[in-house]
Amino acid sequence: MLLSKGTKSTSNQLTEALLAEHRPVLFRYALLQLRDNELADDAVQETLLAAWQTASSFEGKAGLRTWLVGILKHKIADHWRRTVREVVTSDFDSVDNEEGEAGEGDENDFFMSDGHWNSGPTSWNDPEAALNQQEFWAIYEACQNNLPPKMAKVFMLRELVGLETDEVCRETGLSDANYWVTMHRARLRLRECLETRWFNQSKAKKEKRHA
Amino acid sequence: MRNCREITALVSQGMDKKLSFGERLAIGFHVMMCSHCRNFQSQSQFMRKAARRYTGQLQNRPDKKP
Repeated sequence: MLLSKGTKSTSNQLTEALLAEHRPVLFRYALLQLRDNELADDAVQETLLAAWQTASSFEGKAGLRTWLVGILKHKIADHWRRTVREVVTSDFDSVDNEEGEAGEGDENDFFMSDGHWNSGPTSWNDPEAALNQQEFWAIYEACQNNLPPKMAKVFMLRELVGLETDEVCRETGLSDANYWVTMHRARLRLRECLETRWFNQSKAKKEKRHA
Repeated sequence: MRNCREITALVSQGMDKKLSFGERLAIGFHVMMCSHCRNFQSQSQFMRKAARRYTGQLQNRPDKKP
């Protein structure tokens, strides 16, 4: 590849080691969208190479990781263009503004007007054990995919990809205040879904067995 | 006194930033008496753990070529 072309421009502080530090986050980001280890690895590889080659254009304003994620997004978009599956990129990108700004509405499903729980969280029986069950992960995935697109994006960038709070805001264009509201709602919804579809289910099953 | 809606919002914030001493105290005092919010608190932590584990699972899953 064009490695020799880029080597001159790396005279600033962007070292290979510095770039490599971001590899895990970039990989998780790519994996979530591409759903394939090899493709994700390729995309990250290409991203780091591109970053290395164009290091001189990195201005350091937005932070290294933001810059790298920006490049990675292009690589992922390139991939979808090649495989003519643009629809799927909507997973993370094009649906951004569909829901508009955060309103009061959502939380009313969970709380009464006086601020008490509608039907509050029940205690879960041995959640740790669920982590080792294949069926649990199918439910988890379904619940996560059930979140409204923007909420899912914010939640995944924070909890799955592992971006910092301010990075998530930059990525999604959310204000600080909307970030907290969005994350809170994501937790409320995901929690309720897991409770209904897994934890209460397994409880019901057990009760049936003993009846 | 903060109600459950406000306490859980604080609990969520506490997952991502350091709360003030007063806020942490309010949460601690509230969850001592309120099992719903106590459940919400521990389940939020569980969901974080599950999310991390889920990413690990994705990485170990046999590759599905699109």
